[in-house]
Amino acid sequence: MAVCIAVIAKENYPLYIRSIPTENELKFHYTVHTSLDVVDEKISAMGKALVDQRELYLGLLYPTEDYKVYGYVTNSKVKFVMVVDSSNTALRDNEIRSMFRKLHNSYTDIMCNPFYNPGDRIHSRAFDTMVNSMMMQVC
Amino acid sequence: MEQGPAGGAGPATAAAGTAGLLLPLSETEQQRYSELFSRCCPPPEAAAGGSSVGELFRASQLPPDTLHQITEVCGAKRVGYFGPAQFYIALKLIAAAQSGFPVRIESIKNELPLPRFMALKNDAEVRYGTPAEFHGVKFQVPHATLEKNSYKRTDEGDKQEPKSPSMSPICSPPASPSTYQRIPLSYGYGKARSGLEQQHGVSYEVRHSTHQQDGPSSGNYGAKSAPTSSTPNRSLSVEREQQDSSAQYSDDPWRITEEQRDYYINQFRSLQPDLNAFISGSSVAKNFFTKSKLPIPELSHIWELSDVDCDGALTLPEFCAAFHLVVARKNGYQLPETLPETLLPEYLQAACLKPLRDCALFDSYSEPLPNSQQTRDFSRTEKSSAEEVPDNSALLQDGKKDDKQALKVSTTLKTIPKEFQHLTVKTAAQEPNAFRARPRSRSYSSTSIEDAMKKGEEPPTPPPRPQKSHSRASSLDLNKIFQQNTQAVRSGWLPPPPPALPPRPSVSQTEQPSEVELHPQMNRPPSRAEDNSSAKKEVVLAQPPSKPARRKLRTEAQGLETPELSPTINVTSSLPAVKSHLPVQKQSSKQKRAIQTAIRKNKEANAVLARLNSELQQQLKEVHKERIALETQLEQLRPVTVL
Repeated sequence: MAVCIAVIAKENYPLYIRSIPTENELKFHYTVHTSLDVVDEKISAMGKALVDQRELYLGLLYPTEDYKVYGYVTNSKVKFVMVVDSSNTALRDNEIRSMFRKLHNSYTDIMCNPFYNPGDRIHSRAFDTMVNSMMMQVC
Repeated sequence: MEQGPAGGAGPATAAAGTAGLLLPLSETEQQRYSELFSRCCPPPEAAAGGSSVGELFRASQLPPDTLHQITEVCGAKRVGYFGPAQFYIALKLIAAAQSGFPVRIESIKNELPLPRFMALKNDAEVRYGTPAEFHGVKFQVPHATLEKNSYKRTDEGDKQEPKSPSMSPICSPPASPSTYQRIPLSYGYGKARSGLEQQHGVSYEVRHSTHQQDGPSSGNYGAKSAPTSSTPNRSLSVEREQQDSSAQYSDDPWRITEEQRDYYINQFRSLQPDLNAFISGSSVAKNFFTKSKLPIPELSHIWELSDVDCDGALTLPEFCAAFHLVVARKNGYQLPETLPETLLPEYLQAACLKPLRDCALFDSYSEPLPNSQQTRDFSRTEKSSAEEVPDNSALLQDGKKDDKQALKVSTTLKTIPKEFQHLTVKTAAQEPNAFRARPRSRSYSSTSIEDAMKKGEEPPTPPPRPQKSHSRASSLDLNKIFQQNTQAVRSGWLPPPPPALPPRPSVSQTEQPSEVELHPQMNRPPSRAEDNSSAKKEVVLAQPPSKPARRKLRTEAQGLETPELSPTINVTSSLPAVKSHLPVQKQSSKQKRAIQTAIRKNKEANAVLARLNSELQQQLKEVHKERIALETQLEQLRPVTVL
């Protein structure tokens, strides 16, 4: 159950950001932005070795006291960043991986849409539905 | 909407003045024309919008050629827009054309009745207006021309479809693609949709209560045309229509009518000649749908909805769904969040490919539905005309089924009835089933349903085979027996004939009687089984004779059944309404019975053959013993002789 999900383009501008509405969304945007540095760091560290076998899932990028940030990079350098509440200890690594996989699948479905120009902001309703299902339900 | 006569008078006179003609417009004419004009163009503008004018003209139910002529004569083509003058002249010309006069300037100088337009009202207040106004004057809900390749006013008449999708099938076959003729039918369907008891020749009430495009609510166009239905029906339907939830109606626009489907298929062909192949999204489909001039985000959403397998390409059903969504959007419908049932590719698969193939078998799927469907059909059967009845009921049934069943299977079934718009069968409760049955004979698609049905049909056919195999197997066993015996003993045992049972009796005398006994036994069960199975098959296949294509699937049994079937087919075809639903309902049960009897017969044959086998084995043992005894005797005798 993520608190914030973001899709970042190759050039490090956001294609899609969605946070839990009640929170201070700007904080999450800032968090995602700072996490991009960590992502680039991980990519450069891994990428030089074996680009083909570079793991898409980057794992925990960095934790803070309130939340953890996970990262995922596709082969086209599109990054998915997920901010998860630290208090949600039940969330295991496998679940994070599966969430990223779902994100990736939805993203490829968007790519298949000929009316979507890569680099545009994502306005797909199907994608929104999928992301909403992954966000924490704040009543 | 009501327009003040004062407002109307102004433009009328102005129109008359600018036209250069002295158009004698009566008061009513002035009022009417001003209403229409303001409907077609919002007051601030000076000229009426081409699309709304086009729709109005089409609502006049004149052939497109006449409308072209009128447009030219009134001068709109010359000036390029429909100013008040041109509009009024055009209206006069429409009235003239409707009265049978040629389209010329001179004809409008006569006294003419008001032009009649078929309109669909969506205003609640309007409905409760003067009853007389309801009848004739229904302004056709504007529908954008959906000529994908050329967005002209004259279209292929499919615009109305999204609003009254089920209606158009009712009407005549695609030979008359003009929307105008379909208009009267739509109202009848509208009532059906509301689930009311429906009556023929009912007033053709508006049903697009939620139609957003009818922004300017269709006003009361003073109708001089004769009412088409009685008032009480109309008021009843009007009330009920208002009570109709938009949700119920919203199902309807998402159903593709026959003409629409043909149109979509033709468009698909123009893009991709092979109907079974894909249209690639990135280039072909994108350009095509971009021509519709919908905003890109909407096109993106339409693509998302219709490309179910998310492969970036559109198959024919996906394309039909996408096209239909574009049509709907152009006509003002909001795009749904999820793809409606009726636009699912599986649903459209059979329908889209119906004209290309013969159909298969939906019997197994139709079985659970027939009863519920029938009741639904009754409740929704609406007959605006004798012709429309079958289509209506089928369509209504579809609608009902859509409402109540989310099964894919049911959706596939629903598609079939639509295809029988051309079938003018009498309406009855069984008719929807009949429709379902009949189209199946026409379309055969390679869906899983067909495969399942084929598999379902296969079981009855095996029965004849086993008997032969059994007989052959038994003969082979005996052959082995006899060969062994002959090798060992060669006494009184004639060589076993490889062929089947009949020669066996001649093999050995001792065994002959038993074999003869066994033979008839063996022959009897197989023949019995065979007869039974063939009889069963005949019974089973008597059901589908109304679906002649099904026989193609039963290649094995064809020889047996065709002679019997042909007379039965003739009989059944004469009573489609009655019989066709029977196979639908009883097909699987008959098949089950056939299968069960076949199984029983096989078991009996197996038992008999097993007995035979055991008996023969015993005989073999006895013969072995005899052989051993004889050999020992020989051994005993030999030393004596040697000595």
